[in-house]
Amino acid sequence: MNTTLEHPTYNYKVVRQFAIMTVVWGIIGMTLGVIIASELVWPQLNLGLPWTSFGRLRPLHTNAVIFAFGGSALMGTSYYVVQRTCQTRLFSDKLAAFTFWGWQAVIVAAVVSLPLGYTTTKEYAELEWPINILIAVVWVTYAAVFLMTIKQRKTSHIYVANWFYAAFILTIAVLHIVNNAAIPVTPMYSTSIYAGAVDAMVQWWYGHNAVGFFLTAGFLGMMYYFVPKQAERPVYSYRLSIVHFWALIMVYMWAGPHHLHYTALPNWTQSLGMVLSIILLAPSWGGMINGMMTLSGAWHKLRTDPILRFLVVALSFYGMSTFEGPMMAVKTVNALSHYTDWTIGHVHAGALGWVAMITIGSMYHLIPRLFGRVQMHSVNLIAVHFWLATIGTVLYIASMWVNGIMQGLMWRAINPDGTLMYTFVEAVEASAPGYFVRLIGGLFWVTGMLIMAYNVYMTVKRREAVSEQPAPQAA
Amino acid sequence: MSSGDFQGIITLILLIAFLGIIGWAYSRRRKQGFDEAANLPFANDDDELPNRDKPAASQDAAQSRQDKGDKNT
Repeated sequence: MNTTLEHPTYNYKVVRQFAIMTVVWGIIGMTLGVIIASELVWPQLNLGLPWTSFGRLRPLHTNAVIFAFGGSALMGTSYYVVQRTCQTRLFSDKLAAFTFWGWQAVIVAAVVSLPLGYTTTKEYAELEWPINILIAVVWVTYAAVFLMTIKQRKTSHIYVANWFYAAFILTIAVLHIVNNAAIPVTPMYSTSIYAGAVDAMVQWWYGHNAVGFFLTAGFLGMMYYFVPKQAERPVYSYRLSIVHFWALIMVYMWAGPHHLHYTALPNWTQSLGMVLSIILLAPSWGGMINGMMTLSGAWHKLRTDPILRFLVVALSFYGMSTFEGPMMAVKTVNALSHYTDWTIGHVHAGALGWVAMITIGSMYHLIPRLFGRVQMHSVNLIAVHFWLATIGTVLYIASMWVNGIMQGLMWRAINPDGTLMYTFVEAVEASAPGYFVRLIGGLFWVTGMLIMAYNVYMTVKRREAVSEQPAPQAA
Repeated sequence: MSSGDFQGIITLILLIAFLGIIGWAYSRRRKQGFDEAANLPFANDDDELPNRDKPAASQDAAQSRQDKGDKNT
């Protein structure tokens, strides 16, 4: 890498590496999503092979978008934010480099092992035990680098974004290690140390907190830095951000049982999970309002700044899906929505609308700065990407709402004599148009990501051409 | 002590903790510290690399980047 790109104080190299891989894994993960969406429309696309079947590619898609795309974005931005707001270099360049290469190794291991059929069968924790040990080592190193950087800060305060990042890092370490506690049987097979309903509860304590801390707290850290930066004004209320932080982490921990309504889980546990999921609306919306109101007095910037548009629409989808989530956690609503495509739509309202949009907005802010440019190669292409992403998300979630509610109603419809009105396959058949619309939404997203990749490539390339000339001295 | 009493006490402790956090966050004493903290993203605003290329003076986007808004001027 060209030395003219090095910052005198901060380690930008590892941030650049993570930023580039965010775009690369985003394209791969979303393309996998489009492939499995196509398989649901045209089942013969699985080619009749085990390695390309839906059941093996679907966990690869979720791992690629959550841990490869989302993980690279979180690790890259957290290293950037913690250095800039603590005004100090990362604790150790070597350990930071280890977290980058270690994390990429984990993802490559997933890309190989999941299509081969190695799986623990735990959702979002499918990887087998040797890979889990590598994840634990990389993650603990990441925690050490991040927290030691905060410890050696030159500022008296710890900026709120770092609180969210730190909570995300620590909680994911605990969740990953506890949920993946297993007895190895062969080099690529293990059994969970938990049994029955306890195993299910541990899995969804992990699963929902992966949503709460990986996909929410981590990205809220991103939001609390990049929204004020891009809007060029401090966060609306720093006090609210503190209440937001403590309320969110106190409540999220208990919401997991809503994934197990009407199962063998004790009924009181289900009700507890439901009540705490409803309470969760308050801190979620507190954070959303705090982010949105940061723009008060600067709303006109939305007209000219597509990066800010990404960030604000991300917050809108965050508000929408954190309203939808508590509603779906209510047992009577869940009786209709559970196991249907509504759940898939809800997840993607969060994953595409919130996680991916806040990431992309942050990357468009970050990448030119990392490569010594004022802005991206083309601002117009950012605007094009914004509309592709927004329309793609709307197509995706609207088709899944329709499919989900239809499936729920068809499954529960009974004839006067008490027999089921529809067979299961009739509900599958009726879902076909929705699956097609969802596929189109996915194609919008992948197209947008390819445009982003071109824009990033041109931004980086132009810089390399510029930096071959002697660097002009800053005034 | 029944489990109901225990749950009640836990709820009460969490409620007091929550109200305590609000009281602390919104106390007048903390205002200055929080204002400083809120501006940390804008400290050392050399923004990024010292040798980055200069914004073109005529570009609209570059001007809006200088517009710090009413809060910051």
